Amino acid sequence: MSMTMKPTESGTAFLLTPVSESADKIFTLEQSDDEQRWIAESAATFVMREVLPKLEAVEHQEPGVMPSLVKKAGEQGLLMIDIPEQYGGAELGLLTSAIVASSIHEASFSVAFGAHTTIGTLPIVFYGTEEQKRKYLPKLATGEWIAAYALTEPGVGSDAMNLSTTARLSEDGKYYLLNGTKQWISNAGFADLMVVFARVDGQRPSAFIVETSWPGISTGAEERKMGIKGSSTRQVYFENTPVPVENLLGELHKGYKIAFNILNIGRLKLGAGAVGGARTALDLAAAYTTERKAFGKYLHEFGMIQKKLARMAAETYAAESEVFRTAANIENARRGAGENTEQVFKAIEEFAIEDSIAKVHGSEVLAYVVDEGVQIFGGYGYMQEYPIEKAYRDARIQRIFEGTNEINRLVAAGTLFRRVLGGKIDLMNRYPAIEARIKSGEALPAPGDEVPAELRTAVHAVERAKDVAIYAGMRVAMRYMQALENEEEFIEYLANLLIDIYASDSALARAIQAIRRGDENSALHSKLAQLATWLAHSRIRLNLDQMIMTYFEPETVSEELARVRAYVGDYLINGVALQRDIAAEVVAKKGYPLPHF
Amino acid sequence: MKIFVCVKQIPDPNTVESKLDPATKRLVRTGVSLVLDPGDETTIAAAIKLRDSLGNSELTAISMGPASAQEALRRALAMGVDRAILISDSALAGSDVLGTARTLAAALKRENPDLIFCSTESTDGYTGMVPGAIAEFLGLPQLTFAREINVEGTKAVIKRVTQTGYEVVESPLPAVVTIASGSFEAIYPTMKGIMSARKKPFSQLSLSDLGLDPSQVGEAGAREQVLSIGKAEARAAGQIIKDEGNAAEIIADFLQRHQLL
Repeated sequence: MSMTMKPTESGTAFLLTPVSESADKIFTLEQSDDEQRWIAESAATFVMREVLPKLEAVEHQEPGVMPSLVKKAGEQGLLMIDIPEQYGGAELGLLTSAIVASSIHEASFSVAFGAHTTIGTLPIVFYGTEEQKRKYLPKLATGEWIAAYALTEPGVGSDAMNLSTTARLSEDGKYYLLNGTKQWISNAGFADLMVVFARVDGQRPSAFIVETSWPGISTGAEERKMGIKGSSTRQVYFENTPVPVENLLGELHKGYKIAFNILNIGRLKLGAGAVGGARTALDLAAAYTTERKAFGKYLHEFGMIQKKLARMAAETYAAESEVFRTAANIENARRGAGENTEQVFKAIEEFAIEDSIAKVHGSEVLAYVVDEGVQIFGGYGYMQEYPIEKAYRDARIQRIFEGTNEINRLVAAGTLFRRVLGGKIDLMNRYPAIEARIKSGEALPAPGDEVPAELRTAVHAVERAKDVAIYAGMRVAMRYMQALENEEEFIEYLANLLIDIYASDSALARAIQAIRRGDENSALHSKLAQLATWLAHSRIRLNLDQMIMTYFEPETVSEELARVRAYVGDYLINGVALQRDIAAEVVAKKGYPLPHF
Repeated sequence: MKIFVCVKQIPDPNTVESKLDPATKRLVRTGVSLVLDPGDETTIAAAIKLRDSLGNSELTAISMGPASAQEALRRALAMGVDRAILISDSALAGSDVLGTARTLAAALKRENPDLIFCSTESTDGYTGMVPGAIAEFLGLPQLTFAREINVEGTKAVIKRVTQTGYEVVESPLPAVVTIASGSFEAIYPTMKGIMSARKKPFSQLSLSDLGLDPSQVGEAGAREQVLSIGKAEARAAGQIIKDEGNAAEIIADFLQRHQLL
């Protein structure tokens, strides 16, 4: 499957590479092979045939139902995707498993599935010893054992370095004795194995593989949640739990690296799941607009409804484009790293910015889509009989877990600064030319024949936005220097710019690729990318305005605002006409208008 | 037992609006996304079910088509078929019912099948004549419209769908059986099936492998000629009945008049 993949982009390349060049490099869903499509289909069909008929029992957490579904998924091979062949896996890698994550379209099962396959299993796949892999992975591949991941504690959420669970070496040196409380642990009610993070000798956290049949482990009551009610979420208590020293995962005091690394993958997969959720919610809403009439007209005949359908589709398209672009990049980098643990750390860390963007943007697009979905259903959308009500509640957690969207904005922008300061990306050298051009009032040359005619204005708008984001970001960074870390609001503005740039860049690159390939849906790709860019561009201008007003030297604000506004300019299109065109496609397909993989 | 299932790759009926080429008067099959005929998926499901209930049996999918048709066969393998044979040869282009059946029959003959499954008709061409022609070429009995198939000793016994119910029909083996659409629950490839399909035997045959002469098949051997093609008439507008207390009666009369009641 890696055969079909294009050359890897490096991390953050999107910020410095023209869209037309990225279009040659990035992976898009249209490049997926038959095997990937069938696997996606088998995952979606599994949910339809096995999970949805038991939804009532799942939602009420009837004992045994969720674990039996996870085991059944294991029987069909859905848990083996990320696991190497020699340990009973299929070794298909992150791209395929992200495609599967986007096809698991029931949120509670998706959480159980993700807790097992991603954060529960991957730490052992990536960082386990030969002995650990041989002992545990075959069981996890079949679902004989179900996994969980225990990082969060009552007092510690996203700031994993400060956790208080301890592991003390026993006097005979054979065990670590685990003590502490973990909180909000998915799959806690039935997990057979947990990857647990704890401190040894007050040092930075270490990771341990813990079998839940060992003594001194108990769990609290099921939490009563707003959504994803079918997933098991409990506290887990460790009281002198003896963990054999050979179950230390990775190096002593370096488990935190595993935690952060696996969270990166978890964030990307969350983005993929959110994209799948958005497609499903749009399907529900679009179908309803073809059934329900008001004032003698179908809902989809109303302009405001058309606007909603079109925007839901376009935002989903952009998120989908960025998520799978990132997944393929990481997969390529990880394969290139081979078995070397440090290299694997690095390969995954390389795309930390894109992972955080995928998480934030994916979950916010989902939030937008389910919110408008409820609105389209009107009063019925507020009723529990209608699945959009559940989709709305289930979506809310996505902006909170795997690092809140606030934390992930800090990660995205903070990582960018660290890389610039560390000389890892070539921004310092690019900056003077960008600054000179913006100050001179010279416009960025418009793209030529390398970009299909219908996308030139959109691509031009995004390229200008990249320059301005770099310009404004660097200006503020140089003004504040060390004091920048107190200016979280600035970090947020910058992260917002990165998100909208990566999303529209990915959407446009995908559409260019579709046109170059002569894809049968290329006109639709082009329209979706244009609308996504139109929406992103107006947010980019808003964020820039507010950022400059607040963070540039006060005496320069007026002049700089005028300069930057002139440079970033407008993206002039008839957005309403575009929306109507896209809405017609959404209505014709009764949902997200491209294949659902 | 050696069980075979004949399958076909067709333009995806879910995404492709089928078009006829006015020059060749044939269905446009290039430049569109192609899939294993969804009808054949049901037939494969029926064949898998029988194979599994019989035990000690092998199920082979066979198809005639261009190189791209191996994707359809790979899907059949992923669904659980054991082995696949693709007959592909540039001389086969433009084959009519006769040429298609002659080719499939020649390949089947080499295999000494006990039972050959076909769909009643394809979802693109809809001639419904290939299964009967295969049976004729092989000199085998044909059982049609089966909704249930069993093997009892040396006989195939089916339940044959009729307008009012079903008939139980039997024939000696070997035999050709066509499946009534919608009679078997569709199956879909599981992850495990998809992975194991990679390792299953897949062979490709040309006309010379089958000992057929290019003049017997394809454009050259076609006996049937499409003279012209026309558009289906648009469906006439329906009749709207306003309920003034007697709507049920009117509808019942209507149905009775058309012998639907």
